[in-house]
Amino acid sequence: MVSLDDYVARVEGTCGKEKDVIVFFRYEKKDEVVKKILERSVLKKSIAGIIFELAFKDHSFRLYSSGKSIFRGFENKEELNSLLSQLLL
Amino acid sequence: MLDPYTIRKDFPILKRKINNHVLTYFDNAATSQKPIQVIGAMRDYYEHHNANVHRAVHTLSQEASELYEESHREVSKFINANGIEEVVFVRGTTEAINLVAYAWGLRALNKDDEVIVSLMEHHSNIIPWEIMSRLRGFRIRYVEVNADGTLNYKCFEELISKKTRIVCLSHVSNVTGIVNDVKRVSRLAHEHDALILVDGAQSVPHMQVDVKDLDADFMAFSGHKMLGPTGIGVLYGKKEILEKMEPFQGGGEMIREVSFDSRRKRCSITWNVLPWKFEAGTPNVGGAVGLMRAVEYLKDIGMIKVKSHEQMLTKYALNRMGDCCRSLEVYGTKDTSLKCGIIPFGLAGLSSHDIALYLDYYGIMIRSGFHCAQPLHELLKLNSSARASFYVYNTREEIDRFVEVLRELEEP
Repeated sequence: MVSLDDYVARVEGTCGKEKDVIVFFRYEKKDEVVKKILERSVLKKSIAGIIFELAFKDHSFRLYSSGKSIFRGFENKEELNSLLSQLLL
Repeated sequence: MLDPYTIRKDFPILKRKINNHVLTYFDNAATSQKPIQVIGAMRDYYEHHNANVHRAVHTLSQEASELYEESHREVSKFINANGIEEVVFVRGTTEAINLVAYAWGLRALNKDDEVIVSLMEHHSNIIPWEIMSRLRGFRIRYVEVNADGTLNYKCFEELISKKTRIVCLSHVSNVTGIVNDVKRVSRLAHEHDALILVDGAQSVPHMQVDVKDLDADFMAFSGHKMLGPTGIGVLYGKKEILEKMEPFQGGGEMIREVSFDSRRKRCSITWNVLPWKFEAGTPNVGGAVGLMRAVEYLKDIGMIKVKSHEQMLTKYALNRMGDCCRSLEVYGTKDTSLKCGIIPFGLAGLSSHDIALYLDYYGIMIRSGFHCAQPLHELLKLNSSARASFYVYNTREEIDRFVEVLRELEEP
């Protein structure tokens, strides 16, 4: 059965006042991840086809075509995992 | 002038591609890349000489001990110390500063004393003193930073007093690249009978540093930022101060003698001589060999050339960034005579992480965030910053590419 671990390589809190969380997707799955997320979320803005500003339910986040994503405003890991599950599984 | 195109041939990692783009490495203030000479020296050590150092009679241990001591000698000459007694090997700058805080500060600092720390310090030169202040009850006085990121020397002069026991200051800011006038501050500290600890993490790899000329009592720096391996760093200390200090950690290597006194039912201990008194346990011999080779590599280039190359790149980058990017802001002074090869910047409407991830797509590695200097960011009213930092293998062509990508990013 496919799980988040099949797509997510690492989750890391960034430093800076913004308290962002960066999700690093597995390199070999990055194209699949970018395609799935773009299909399931609403595109608000695209910068040079590399940065995608997206909305999904009540959340805004950024996806990078290099297979990384920045999320903001999550209370805990479970909340982030729940969103990622809806986007990817 | 230094020839970066020849130097680049020594760095295998620079041939790598990221996302099908040639790697451009501009995160040198965080760590540097390693030349084949350093990688080869470490490989040779592990393939032919590896053993534990000191107090063994066999051939391999003798060879390892000689290499380990030779590395101390090379580092000592590199910073113009008085010999290996003044060069303690540690894991890195952070451990070196903690060594001073615990081995010196824990005993020397009391309730009525004061420690002066600048607000441009890396967390590694703030937190050990905050921890020690909570243990010993002394007061930390923080020196302000001007709006352009330079140190407020007037504030410094106002804060220093007979209560001051030690002044803790970075030689070069890891955020702005600004070079502090350490000689001026050490003179002021010594006039007040205070010591000075210099964080040399961003200076020793990039310029000629002479601990005697600076009159530093302690200086801390890391091997991995100067082409050497991770896990090895240096605490320089004046011999007469290190001799008076008690050890930092206890164990093997740092003692000369331990004998059980059956009458008193406890051990009597004699510390080892300097620098081994501060190097408890089996040291990082392989790392020391790599550091020695890194020092030789930098000496072969010449530190004056290293500095002028980085200043040339900084000047070039600042001009190109200013010309090409309308919404780009460089933080801190742009006066390259006051700076090393570090440029902190931001682009309107984008977070530092956005900038770093965009550049990453093109194989350009920069750092984003606080760079372990949150107080300085707060003082400069920045949520975070993007930081490009240069070294001997960087070229003007790489800066051109970097600026092109930044321009693309700001053009929606």
